[in-house]
Amino acid sequence: MLKFIKGNLESIDGVAIYPIISLLIFFIFFAVLFWWVFTAKKEHIKEVSNIPLELIPDKEINDKNDLPL
Amino acid sequence: MREETLTIMQTEQFYYDNKIVKKFVNATMFWGIIGMSIGLLLAFMFLFPNITDGISWLSFGRLRPLHTNAVIFAFVGNAIFAGVYYSSQRLLKARMWKDWLSNLNFWGWQAIIVGAAITLPLGYTTSKEYAELEWPFDIAIAIIWVAFGANLIGTILKRRQRHLYVAIWFYLATFVTVAVLHIVNSIELPVSALKSYSFYAGVQDALVQWWYGHNAVAFFLTTPFLGLMYYFVPKAANRPVYSYKLSIIHFWSLIFIYIWAGPHHLLYSSLPAWAQNLGVAFSIMLLAPSWGGMINGLLTLRGAWDKVRTDPVLKFMVVAITGYGMATFEGPMLSLKNVNAIAHFSDWIIAHVHVGALAWNGFLTFGMVYWLVPKLFKTKLYSIKLANTHFWVGTLGIIMYALPMYVAGFVQASMWKQFNPDGTLTYGNFLETVAEIIPMYWMRAIGGSLFILGAFIALYNIIMTARKGSKVTDELAEAAPLVKVTKHRTAKEGYHTWLERRPVKLTIFATIAILIGGAVQIIPSLLVDDYVPVISSVKPYSPLELEGRDIYIREGCVSCHSQMVRPFRSEVERYGEYSKSGEYIYDHPFLWGSKRTGPDLLRIGGKYSDNWHLNHMYDPQSTSSGSIMPSYKWLINAELDKSLTETKMEAMVKLGVPYSEEEITNAQLSMLEQGTKIEENLYSDPDFAKTYEADKKYAEENGEDFVEMRDREIVALIAYLQRLGTDIKVKTAEEASAQND
Repeated sequence: MLKFIKGNLESIDGVAIYPIISLLIFFIFFAVLFWWVFTAKKEHIKEVSNIPLELIPDKEINDKNDLPL
Repeated sequence: MREETLTIMQTEQFYYDNKIVKKFVNATMFWGIIGMSIGLLLAFMFLFPNITDGISWLSFGRLRPLHTNAVIFAFVGNAIFAGVYYSSQRLLKARMWKDWLSNLNFWGWQAIIVGAAITLPLGYTTSKEYAELEWPFDIAIAIIWVAFGANLIGTILKRRQRHLYVAIWFYLATFVTVAVLHIVNSIELPVSALKSYSFYAGVQDALVQWWYGHNAVAFFLTTPFLGLMYYFVPKAANRPVYSYKLSIIHFWSLIFIYIWAGPHHLLYSSLPAWAQNLGVAFSIMLLAPSWGGMINGLLTLRGAWDKVRTDPVLKFMVVAITGYGMATFEGPMLSLKNVNAIAHFSDWIIAHVHVGALAWNGFLTFGMVYWLVPKLFKTKLYSIKLANTHFWVGTLGIIMYALPMYVAGFVQASMWKQFNPDGTLTYGNFLETVAEIIPMYWMRAIGGSLFILGAFIALYNIIMTARKGSKVTDELAEAAPLVKVTKHRTAKEGYHTWLERRPVKLTIFATIAILIGGAVQIIPSLLVDDYVPVISSVKPYSPLELEGRDIYIREGCVSCHSQMVRPFRSEVERYGEYSKSGEYIYDHPFLWGSKRTGPDLLRIGGKYSDNWHLNHMYDPQSTSSGSIMPSYKWLINAELDKSLTETKMEAMVKLGVPYSEEEITNAQLSMLEQGTKIEENLYSDPDFAKTYEADKKYAEENGEDFVEMRDREIVALIAYLQRLGTDIKVKTAEEASAQND
């Protein structure tokens, strides 16, 4: 596979810096991402993941819907 | 306990806008059935190429973009809006920001779709895939899309729920990225009310187009649907998502990586290899976040699999997520150069996109609609049995569609590449490779019919549910407004917790994440001078060829014919010299194509006589036995509109095509000369001379107007086709003499 990549890149001046920058952008992006996720508090995660389920049961909302304003 | 819940605040009452959701659901079903039906008609055109014989606006090339646009932007688009409008209000505990924006979003979007349904069959197209609509529509799409985004962001800002659930991030990323993609890819120079030329040419245009095209799949067909998955699957299963942490990783890594993958549509093309390889590398990485998301969706059903057995909503969702998993496994595999060498231009790709469209988008939409409609109409689904029938008919339809197309793809690729021991192509006649897969096209048409049958069953079930339910009304809800967050509360929170409360910053970060990839790939192509090596013998098209090219664009020839000979022995043997990037520098837009239902046309110039082309356009099946190309009869008699030629050339000059002042002033004369030359060539066929003279005489005798052959559309098209790919064959006197020595 590498034979496709090598020839094209060797012709650019100072090309050595590009892979280093690319690797850094990548590494930092994912390192920060995983750091965020693994340091997130359990209770917070639980709270947020329950947002779609809504704490007020649907029935109650529906009952209220029937009331005149 | 948290401070938030301790402080019992005055709750506010407000109403969720359910009517707008109902409207979008109606539109989803309506356009879905239309879009799929056009697809089915196209599928039958492979079997009966002449069913719409002679009707220009029902020809394959013009309907194909209508099918793709209707399914992507009308069916899936309306489903996105329905789901986003329903879920965002509830996730944010707020009514949509402005009712008028909601309605503008709805009616504006429908108006654009109607406009597309009229202009695409009439041949107004930019020819860039999934961006075929002409420039006035591009502007309208941008306006309506911004209205949608403003409404969403406005709702986020007045929310009563502190944290933004992951579905909302997916919606935000969708809004931002589609806006960027649409605007950058649609930069074009208008020449008339419904005609424009792409700002980019050749390789650049291809790169920008497939950066757009791939990410239209990513950010129109995938990210909004992942948002819907993260809302509706937990809702339907009545349990939270399997891992919220995984969903955070899923979101950021998906949007960061997806945007880079576009060049995998251009492997082995004239795109510089570094850009191709970058696309490959990122496409393979994409497997990780995609499957992370798929697993997260499926595992949300842990402990609820008993429900899947009985609940049609969950059944549809399971097949949808499985389809997503299959398509996103296949995608990275197709991006490997050696696999792509087989699959590209073949029906394998058609199978791949339909697994995505029918299973992932189609079934998630149906699942969502079956869940939403009873909620909106405050009743139960009319018939669970019918929904289950739809599920099985639809699933069978997907399998019947996809499997034969995989087989067809392999058969095509194998036959295209098969050599005899003496080094000649075994199937030198392209039509042999077409005839071989007709049975597969039959099975595909049956599979497609089943899928549509399912959609009709859904339509009936939904109408009956609505009838038995009560009128859709806005839904009362209550929640406490947000209070200012105290220092004490935020003291120990993590960074992402902080970010999740800040929609604007979250949006900015998401924008940066998607811009990196686009910038790295596209900016060099626009800035670096020697990005495309210049070939001195490549010259701009003559005025008549330019008009012919516009007819080629209008008729959608690019739907079935590529103009990109890849550097394979099998292709060089079949078509001629492989493509060079320098050959396309005056192509606004590029016409490389993505599918070879017929052969590549890049080197068609000079291969056949002018007469052959005329007869072929009149009746392709007579010149090429067994051809499934329809007739383009109307080109034979129609008069070529030459009124805009100078304007078109001037537009080309603005885009960097070196037409001289003189060439533009003499455009009419030049067209007349070239047209007359072709007319003379046509006379070499006695049959032509006889019929043509007879027609002329008849017109004269009856006092009817007669358009000379040199002024007809067919002549312009022949001029263009005869020019294609010939520039590199032109040798200067010196080169020719050097060769002779």
